[in-house]
Amino acid sequence: MELADIAIKFGLIIIIFAISLVVAMYSTYAERKIAAFFQDRVGPNRAGPWGILQPMADGAKMFMKEEIIPTNATPFLFIVGPSLAILTACIGSAVIPWGQNLVIGDKVIPLQVTDINVGILYIFGVVSLGVYGVMIGGWASNNKYSLLGAIRAASQNISYEISMGLSIIALLMVTGTLSLGEIAQQQHGWHWNVLYQPVGFLLFMICAFAETNRTPFDLPECETELVGGYHTEYSSMKLGFYLFAEYINMFISSAVMATLYWGGYNYPGMDWVTAHVGPVIGPLIGTGVFFAKIFAFIFFFMWVRWTIPRFRYDQLMDLGWKILIPLAIANIVITGIVITFLN
Amino acid sequence: MSTFYFIAFLSIFFSILVISAKNPVHSILYLILTFFTFTIHYILMNAQFLAIVNFIVYMGAILVLFLYTLMLINLNKESEPVKPFMVKIAAVFGGGVLAVALVSSLKSLGVSDPVVLKNPELGLVKNLGKVLFNEFLLPFEVSSVLLLSAMVGAVLLATKDPQETKATI
Repeated sequence: MELADIAIKFGLIIIIFAISLVVAMYSTYAERKIAAFFQDRVGPNRAGPWGILQPMADGAKMFMKEEIIPTNATPFLFIVGPSLAILTACIGSAVIPWGQNLVIGDKVIPLQVTDINVGILYIFGVVSLGVYGVMIGGWASNNKYSLLGAIRAASQNISYEISMGLSIIALLMVTGTLSLGEIAQQQHGWHWNVLYQPVGFLLFMICAFAETNRTPFDLPECETELVGGYHTEYSSMKLGFYLFAEYINMFISSAVMATLYWGGYNYPGMDWVTAHVGPVIGPLIGTGVFFAKIFAFIFFFMWVRWTIPRFRYDQLMDLGWKILIPLAIANIVITGIVITFLN
Repeated sequence: MSTFYFIAFLSIFFSILVISAKNPVHSILYLILTFFTFTIHYILMNAQFLAIVNFIVYMGAILVLFLYTLMLINLNKESEPVKPFMVKIAAVFGGGVLAVALVSSLKSLGVSDPVVLKNPELGLVKNLGKVLFNEFLLPFEVSSVLLLSAMVGAVLLATKDPQETKATI
């Protein structure tokens, strides 16, 4: 690999990292504004015009606050918890195709950091690793509410990972590849996978809600029963990291959903647009469309949060094991039968 | 090759920490790191599918359940079982015998020929899938039946006896 290629990759990683952080930051603002809209309030409007400097103020507040490590906590693991949470949230973006290849002069720049041929499984692995941040933090706090939150997070993630994996298997039978780059290419124009796998998409989305610990599945931090759940003992930026990791997870899982099921950077009539505006602007418009899809999903996450109440824990387990898993298996069987008949 | 030796050193280092850590939760965390180094070994051997499956299944699922169980156990100093003196002596003796056996087996150790795969791309998902579903279809399906029966057995063991529950209520 040439030095120029390495520099381009490095730049791409920095840009993606910065974008995920900025999107996560403004997701907190968007969440408060959307909550205000749903509850007929105004929302944050003091810091800057329409309150758009609110995330900066929140960040500054988080950094300035006193940092407390409880006496009975395990200090090292207490710090490892939030670090792991934010690390696993950030590394998922490495395999997502953000757009078609840019062609500048005779140079082809892929807008994907790495296209490993087990891309989906990589995402899946990162998701399954995500629970360690919550578990380690909750255990190291040495607080019964934190521990209960951590245990809830563990059992919830394990349960919903199964149906998530099963819903992906049906998708793999349709696409025939594990590489996210190829899956995005196959959905050229309007051949989006959601048209072939609507049930799979629904299952995947429900599991994504559970894996990111968003309402209606936010039982690990259920404040009516567990004070603050796994982050009860956390203060200052360590708490900030936990909350921030949730928003980054939301961004990444929206990107994964958009890539796997909603065509990624593809949109109807993209060939016509690319032919008219050239090989640099065309792919960038595709990237813009991709981000529009991501923001639509993020809005959906927030819409659900401020509309639907939280599940009870036994309902959560019943939904995961008794409804989603049988449905996912039925989806695989039906997909298999249909593919066999069409061939 | 030097990468291999570094990762191999890390694997052994972390696995020693697994058995020497005082706190069971810490030893599980070291075990997670050990499995992570195994994942890197698989990647070095170009076995991408095995690497990622090891990552998902062992690190992401089985060890989460280990940790889950250990977190529910009371790990205070007072509840630690105190072993009688004779048991300690027996443990030392047993460990010593095992060490002698291992050291004596070193004598018969020859440097093995490295296995050269006919197809170095065998570990990629596509090739592995073709091998599994053509050459080894029967063992593959039989092992799935084995797993299913194990799962049914576990469910059977976990369900409460209906009469027993009535009695306790």
